[in-house]
Amino acid sequence: MKGYNFAYLDEQTKRMIRRSLLKAVAIPGHQVPFGSREIPLPYGWGTGGIQVTASILGAGDVLKVIDQGADDTTNAVSIRRFFARTAGIATTTATADATVIQTRHRIPETPLREDQIIVYQVPQPEPLFRLESSRVETKRMHGLADYGSMHVKLYEDIARFGQISISYDYPVMVNDRYLMSPSPIPAFDNPKMDMMPALQLFGAGREKRIYAIPPWTRVTSLDFQDHPFRTINAPYPCGLCGATDSYLDEVVTDDTGGRLYVCSDTDYCSRRRGAAE
Amino acid sequence: MTGPALLSARGLGLTFGTIPALADVDVDLWPSEMLAIVGESGSGKTTLLTVLSGRLKPDRGSVRYRDPDGHIHDVHAMPAPVLRRLHRSDWGFVHQDPRQNLRMAVSAGGNVGERLMAQGARHYGDIRAAALDWLGQVEIDAERIDDLPRTFSGGMLQRLQIARTLVTHPRLVFMDEPTGGLDVSVQARLLDLIRSLVSRPRIAVVLVTHDIAVARLLAHRIAVMQRGRIVETGLTDQVLDDPQHPYTQLLVSSVLSA
Repeated sequence: MKGYNFAYLDEQTKRMIRRSLLKAVAIPGHQVPFGSREIPLPYGWGTGGIQVTASILGAGDVLKVIDQGADDTTNAVSIRRFFARTAGIATTTATADATVIQTRHRIPETPLREDQIIVYQVPQPEPLFRLESSRVETKRMHGLADYGSMHVKLYEDIARFGQISISYDYPVMVNDRYLMSPSPIPAFDNPKMDMMPALQLFGAGREKRIYAIPPWTRVTSLDFQDHPFRTINAPYPCGLCGATDSYLDEVVTDDTGGRLYVCSDTDYCSRRRGAAE
Repeated sequence: MTGPALLSARGLGLTFGTIPALADVDVDLWPSEMLAIVGESGSGKTTLLTVLSGRLKPDRGSVRYRDPDGHIHDVHAMPAPVLRRLHRSDWGFVHQDPRQNLRMAVSAGGNVGERLMAQGARHYGDIRAAALDWLGQVEIDAERIDDLPRTFSGGMLQRLQIARTLVTHPRLVFMDEPTGGLDVSVQARLLDLIRSLVSRPRIAVVLVTHDIAVARLLAHRIAVMQRGRIVETGLTDQVLDDPQHPYTQLLVSSVLSA
């Protein structure tokens, strides 16, 4: 596109972001500050993810963008078109065909490979922010690996509700060292982060933080020995493809209590239906 | 007073601007001993406590702590992670205002369990059992375990803070006016409780108080502070019954005898 640099951001900015990315990969789970730029998109719609994606895209890359697992929602379509126009790269909705996947709220059901990179959009990178409002103090807690207070939160959940009630953005320990927010993905997706072959990058535009999980890194969800971490999903098969192993969305179909449970990963669902026909 | 001291401070000096907060202060504390630091407001009692506990660095002098293995540590030369670990396991700190120490948005059980979880306890059932046990020891009804501290009375809050501090079985506890701000009958019960709790597992305590009666009831030894200096020190009964320093005489004579 005329008048714009490749993938919108200028080269100096990309270099700055890549330096932060390299540091983030070197210290898995550690939040690295970066000079977040203005992006023609409101905060909270993926400004951090867009900047990370822009910095790692090459001319031969194939981009997939998902929002809540779907390729066809406004946010996903807009970001995909944005890069198609500003970088002239190929885009896809097929998980297996993509080299870079930018995501909000989900990890695709199709297992990722070593030659792929997944970029998460992160609204709040600090897993301790509800417990400790001071950034100075949370940095100290990360520095000293002083994470006892996070377990107090889990204790409170069990005392009040009989179970850990965090259903998304479930805190994880990365490489047995840093406590990390996995971004608002459902707890259902947490096990996919553990020992994932693909590189995982996280960008928080408003909060100006980047963090990363290198391939094949241990990621464990916090829990108690007698209340182990478990995933929660609707107890139905997908109403369209019949899958029992994928994360389901609940869709209200009428005003008389009709419900349809469908895969939130639209690519996974349509691929299964295509194979069945 | 046999064997080596648990905590020993030598030549502590600290000034805030031109105000001398501490001057030439020497303190020794032996295992399972309760030392009271008394004096009027502004005499440097609380400053001494924060310096002894490593939270404030003195201009001069040093504080040495002997760990369970017999190693001597300079409290102010310790790396921050080590000092922090010490503060949440081997040491405890009881504030005058329990709200400074407690998490007001977390249930009583969570408050008591926090230090255990910070130490790495990861078994919910065990943590809850320990919390119940400690609530019982500080005479808080087991039914209140899931209640928020903001529904507790002042005396209960203070007892909850003590349970939260003692749950890790510390060897050394710093107490800053633990009975301040409570009415007299609640104070008396709390003092009884503190005395029984710290005597059983043999905890050493440094207690700061302006209340001579509290010191007489709890402390084995007493140190009297005036303008940042320790002017008199000795066994509690000895100092209070036969005060030598004019300031101590004034302090003792100003107490109404019951």
